[in-house]
Amino acid sequence: MTFQGWLLIIAFVGLLLLLTKPMGRWLFALYEGRRTPLHRLLGPVEAGFYRLSGINPAEEQGWRRYAVHMLIFNAVLLLFTYGVLRLQGVLPGNPLGYDGTSADLAFNTAISFTANTNWQSYGGESTMSNLSQMLGLTIHNFLSAATGIALAFALFRGFARREAKTIGNFWADMTRVTLYLLLPLCLAYALFLIASGVPQTLAGSVDVTTLEGVKQTLALGPVASQEAIKMLGTNGGGFFNANSAHPFENPSALTNFVQMLSIFVIGFGLTWTFGKAVGNPRQGWAILAAMVTIFLAGVTVTYWQEAAGNPILHNLGVAGGNMEGKEVRFGIAASSLFSIVTTAASCGAVNAMHDSFTALGGLIPLFNMQLGEVVIGGVGAGIYGFLLFAILAIFVAGLMVGRTPEYVGKKIEAREVKLAVLAIAVLPLVILGFTAIASVTEAGLAGPLNKGPHGFSEILYAFTSAVANNGSAFAGLSANTPFYNGLLGIAMWLGRFFVIVPMLAIAGGLAAKKYTPATAGSFPTTGPLWTGLLIGIVLIVGGLTFLPSLALGPIADHLAMINGQLF
Amino acid sequence: MNKDLSSALRPAIVMTLLFAALLGIAYPLALTGVGQALFPAQANGSLVRADGKVIGSDVVGQAFTSDRYFHSRPSAAGDGYDGLASSGSNLGPTSQVLADRVKADVARYQETTPGRPVPPDLVTTSASGLDPHLSPEAAFYQVDRVARVRGIDPAAVRKLVADSVEQPLLGFLGEPRVNLFALNRRLDAFGAKPPA
Repeated sequence: MTFQGWLLIIAFVGLLLLLTKPMGRWLFALYEGRRTPLHRLLGPVEAGFYRLSGINPAEEQGWRRYAVHMLIFNAVLLLFTYGVLRLQGVLPGNPLGYDGTSADLAFNTAISFTANTNWQSYGGESTMSNLSQMLGLTIHNFLSAATGIALAFALFRGFARREAKTIGNFWADMTRVTLYLLLPLCLAYALFLIASGVPQTLAGSVDVTTLEGVKQTLALGPVASQEAIKMLGTNGGGFFNANSAHPFENPSALTNFVQMLSIFVIGFGLTWTFGKAVGNPRQGWAILAAMVTIFLAGVTVTYWQEAAGNPILHNLGVAGGNMEGKEVRFGIAASSLFSIVTTAASCGAVNAMHDSFTALGGLIPLFNMQLGEVVIGGVGAGIYGFLLFAILAIFVAGLMVGRTPEYVGKKIEAREVKLAVLAIAVLPLVILGFTAIASVTEAGLAGPLNKGPHGFSEILYAFTSAVANNGSAFAGLSANTPFYNGLLGIAMWLGRFFVIVPMLAIAGGLAAKKYTPATAGSFPTTGPLWTGLLIGIVLIVGGLTFLPSLALGPIADHLAMINGQLF
Repeated sequence: MNKDLSSALRPAIVMTLLFAALLGIAYPLALTGVGQALFPAQANGSLVRADGKVIGSDVVGQAFTSDRYFHSRPSAAGDGYDGLASSGSNLGPTSQVLADRVKADVARYQETTPGRPVPPDLVTTSASGLDPHLSPEAAFYQVDRVARVRGIDPAAVRKLVADSVEQPLLGFLGEPRVNLFALNRRLDAFGAKPPA
């Protein structure tokens, strides 16, 4: 570990803390449906969209209607992308002449992008046409992100409203977030990326004759436009197979820094928006403090392990830290930091190959996802996931003192706790269940590239990433098979929507409740005691379930590594 | 519930088509237009031409395996530096395959300098398989070989490397590094000049 490395980490977190309030204020304006300076330009587009699709944005929806409209919209989007991918061979915008993708790959990819996961069973530049990237995938990057933020708004309203039957209008929330937040930011961001060396062209490739006289064909395409929303919307599906490690996606240390910021900035902002929505920004800061603490602990472990390097390679005469699967321009510090950012958020973009991390260095990204990606988390999904843990935490606090707990003015009762547990239980059930299936079937065991415990880690990582809607991989796993495409597709769907529906039910129930003012007996939810309790509940409830599986995978791998055992 | 369902269909279908047109067509095409107008070099891959031929990109790495050049890192992209198949090796820390590969590469580099520890990036594959850089240590490690094969003064080659080192932005963004495509071109240009 170096001084410069820590400076990078501190500058990164410091800058995000400075951006939290401005971003949170902007999001709060969208939450409230206020007019922004951008309405002058984009207001007519918004109004036109509503008119053509027959939507009254002022019509309030109860939680059931909100949920059904969100689900139907996502189902239609899914079918649309499935169609684009299958028909890719006959559609225009296909300079490299790729065929339509197989049915199982199109199924997997369409779910993956709809669920904000962006798991990639395919190699981007060797499978997808430019049109598929733009029309099939880029739109999901926007709309799955906007859906996530809309859902967070719905839950905020559940806490903020009093004796109300409704939690907002899905179409209005989703459209406003897309038009007034994601689209303008992406336009500026993508131009910065182009200026920094990220291609943006409709050409498919260019032939190079290298200095040694060898022919090299470089894939090109509309990369920057997808790259911007891929990061900002915590999607993570790269234009290229190597994702943000590819020099065309992430050409410099500066683009890398901005990419990491853009993964987190909306998630940081949403904690402030939540606090403001429930009438006290300190409620948001308390949540953010818990998130940042867990985040920094993870960064420390991974950075320490990667900088220490692999003793097996040291014995072979290699000096220094672990550079297998890392790019020189990022080095160990920025690669370690990126891996924690992308798995704490549900981004899944990678600038280094997590599969080649040291055993414990790779454990932390895996553990981050197993916590449910609530440490900042995916845009919207992170904060609503974290609030489910907050409900459990206040319930536990209530049990300890023996009174009905309340959180930000709402009594937390049996219904909320049951639904929160239901949503949180989806993760261990599906991750461990599906990993077990893959670990004992022939089709499942055909997947891993590495042997020994690391092979098990690859399977565990895949299902964790899918259910948590992350999309990063221990990429040695050969996942483009009907078995993995199918099972991972189902896992991604369950991980997204089986959390969302109970969450919206909580939002609806909370909105209907009376306001309960805080009294001397209320547990204060703004101070360090609350932050500490949150951290404890996230680690124990979210993490402990997975300890046995981690022992079989990364921990066994670590013991083998320090003893020099090879597989 | 049924009313919820039927009321969702029209907005869902129309919104999908409208957003597809806006985000899937208009947004990337507008950016392509503006990007090509403002930053034509970068938007097309930062290509470098010589005698009308494209000889490389300032951004993406290419394979250097000849002893006349500073070697590039090993690559897992296709057969090495395949621009259509970017990839890392994905070999884990306890992989026999990884250990065997590194052992062979270390032996090759240590032939002339037995026992001298090899900088880690020189014998590991990058994440993309298209890494354009080496660490300064990995470049300096190769100075003696390049100088010997080319028959030029090692001190001059060492100076060439030292002049090619790029420092981190603001002192902490990124790592000290050498762009191999640039360094090897300078090496070729140096060889073309008559010895001083």
